[in-house]
Amino acid sequence: MNQKVVSSITEALHRTEIKDGMTLSFHHHLRNGDYVLNLVMAAVRELGLKDMTINASAIFDCHLPLVDLIRDNTVTALECNYMGALVGRSISAGILEKPVIFRTHGGRPADLERGKAHIDIAFIAAPTTDTQGNISGKYGPSACGSLGYAFSDARYADKVVAVTDNLAPYPLTDFSIPETEVDYVVPVEQIGDPAGIVSGTTRITRDPIGLLMADMAAEAISASGLLQDGFSFQTGAGGASLAAAFALEKIMLREGIRGSFASGGITSQLVDMQKKGCFETLLDVQCFDLGAVESIRDNPQHREISASRYASPCTDDAVVDSLDVVILGATEVDTSFNVNVHTNSQGLIMGGSGGHSDTAAGAKLAIIIAPLMRARIPLIVDHMHTISTPGETVDMLVTQYGIAVNPNQVELADRLRQNRLKVISVEELQEIAENICGKPKALKNEGRIVAEVHYRDGSIIDTIRQACS
Amino acid sequence: MIRSLLFIPGNSPVMLQNGAVLPADALILDLEDAVATDQKDAARTLVASALHTVDYPKEIIVRINSFDSDYWQQDLEEIIPLRPQAIMPTKCSDSSTIRSIAEKISELERQSNIGEGTVKLIPLIETARGVLNAYEIASASPRIVALLLGGEDLTADLQCERTKGGKEIFYSRSSIVIAARAAGVEPIDTPFTDVDDDEGLIEDAKLALSLGFSGKAVISPRHLAAINEIFSPQAEAVKYAREVISAIEGAKKAGKGVASLHGKMIDAPIVSRAKRVLEQARRLGLPLED
Repeated sequence: MNQKVVSSITEALHRTEIKDGMTLSFHHHLRNGDYVLNLVMAAVRELGLKDMTINASAIFDCHLPLVDLIRDNTVTALECNYMGALVGRSISAGILEKPVIFRTHGGRPADLERGKAHIDIAFIAAPTTDTQGNISGKYGPSACGSLGYAFSDARYADKVVAVTDNLAPYPLTDFSIPETEVDYVVPVEQIGDPAGIVSGTTRITRDPIGLLMADMAAEAISASGLLQDGFSFQTGAGGASLAAAFALEKIMLREGIRGSFASGGITSQLVDMQKKGCFETLLDVQCFDLGAVESIRDNPQHREISASRYASPCTDDAVVDSLDVVILGATEVDTSFNVNVHTNSQGLIMGGSGGHSDTAAGAKLAIIIAPLMRARIPLIVDHMHTISTPGETVDMLVTQYGIAVNPNQVELADRLRQNRLKVISVEELQEIAENICGKPKALKNEGRIVAEVHYRDGSIIDTIRQACS
Repeated sequence: MIRSLLFIPGNSPVMLQNGAVLPADALILDLEDAVATDQKDAARTLVASALHTVDYPKEIIVRINSFDSDYWQQDLEEIIPLRPQAIMPTKCSDSSTIRSIAEKISELERQSNIGEGTVKLIPLIETARGVLNAYEIASASPRIVALLLGGEDLTADLQCERTKGGKEIFYSRSSIVIAARAAGVEPIDTPFTDVDDDEGLIEDAKLALSLGFSGKAVISPRHLAAINEIFSPQAEAVKYAREVISAIEGAKKAGKGVASLHGKMIDAPIVSRAKRVLEQARRLGLPLED
């Protein structure tokens, strides 16, 4: 048996024969509690390595030390599917010379599969691994549940290093990533902060406007004709999304509808719905809270799936292609229903597509829920800073002032009207908001390109420019 | 028919924006207690701006500062030209203050070319004297369309503790209902102030309904659905009202002087109540057929 356990991250770096200019990958299941990226990159800097590319499925605010690594040229390129506002602000300011590559959750594994992206060394934050590298996210003090985004890294990277704070004796039977894909195992004191690992918003909003929109969305789903036995559904972990799921649960239980599956990031809310019979199965690429972590460990109907199976356009039958309904958010929407989830009203990076455009493309009904105004900023704009998801894949926009249906969905609009839902054009919604807030002056971000937004098929759907200072 | 009246702080732009889409029958845009003294001017400007720009598809009531404050006249001067449906004077203890406020409103209506009497009044009764003079207050001006009981200030004036059960305001609630009904205006109940106690809210609202209140003020949008539900005619009541009207019409056709239903004679008050229930249901768009 090979001896895979090494004494430190630095030793692992030596064993992998790391050198300048390599691409290192990380997954984001530890979310804003992740220590692994910072631990590894501190060791990389210590070795004096330069010109590294980081390919992380997501970068959170906890990864702010990256900014210093960029300043001293340890890191000169970033690739991710999502970027938190803290690091995003520095990227928007132009700290990195090469444009960041933003992918989608489906596009990232697809680019690895089709050879458009390459990982030299993958670092897998492993809540539990045995001495040979059989990895599970379900057990240990830093349990995060699903490891869906790490599967492709383990499969396609030249070298794979598991970093763990819970080294188990061989063999770990309930593993997600097999030992055949792992080269080294590094025990460390702690791979993450449990409070940040399950940091997703997991409480139903108490905001009356959020609740109002959630009810409207659930009624719209009911009116769409898609809510019947075998129904499949995905929603996010934000307060309004959870409220929409809760409103949908009430309808499903009242009408005795047994859905097929709920997918994507899984919350306690969806776990409860599955237990109550609303769904047969949960297909989980990421757990958002402790309830979901417990469920994926104990409930055989709660299945872990890879990001590739979840959303890759290279997969023959990705889960997103079987979705009936997805509920998504937006920072901006234009009158062609294009959606921005990458940048804020000042053009600063504060998010990313994640699975947004994958699910919008795959689902039969893609719903955007967003308040028509945030403070004094209207949601609907003439020209967006960034197109994350193309409007032709978005079917309706639910706001507190009514529901705008994409003009290419005439039958859907009729169904909503027949069910006494308030259907209103996106232009009328824009006018309502501008009457109240005024029309914001367009920003002129004419600086150099700081990020490219890659659509799931690999094409560049938009670019993000350096923000005005 | 106003079942729910939601207080919106006059210094909250977000609440003023979103009030239009909340399921309240009426909004009370508040310039009084929700607004600190150093924010009075800003709130007045904000409320005026909201009335100017937001299309509120519901009744708009503006709660002005009390008659003994320095602000009530300026409140009226800036708000009346924007034609709210009603003004809510506060701490109303006798009819003289109502008449003074009504006169000021008349003057401002004339100046603004608004038909005199357009803007209505909903006095807030929240003192012991106000409770004792409730009928006199309710009858003080033809502008008055309702009385609202304010339980919090009232219990402070009564020097007793405000409780969830509300036994300390039972007499006042009954007095307001009797005074309002006697004057031909609507009695509106005080808000339930614990925003997290849904069961307590329902119990409190049902008590108010049973006493004769036609609606209830609320301080949290989360209370609106329950209040609207409780103060709407229930399906059973609509069904019974329909049967009553049907029985009366049947008796008329048959040339009978007296009608009966389920073995009981139907008299004038029953018919009157049935008509009222059906009218309420019609206004609310509730189903009138099975």
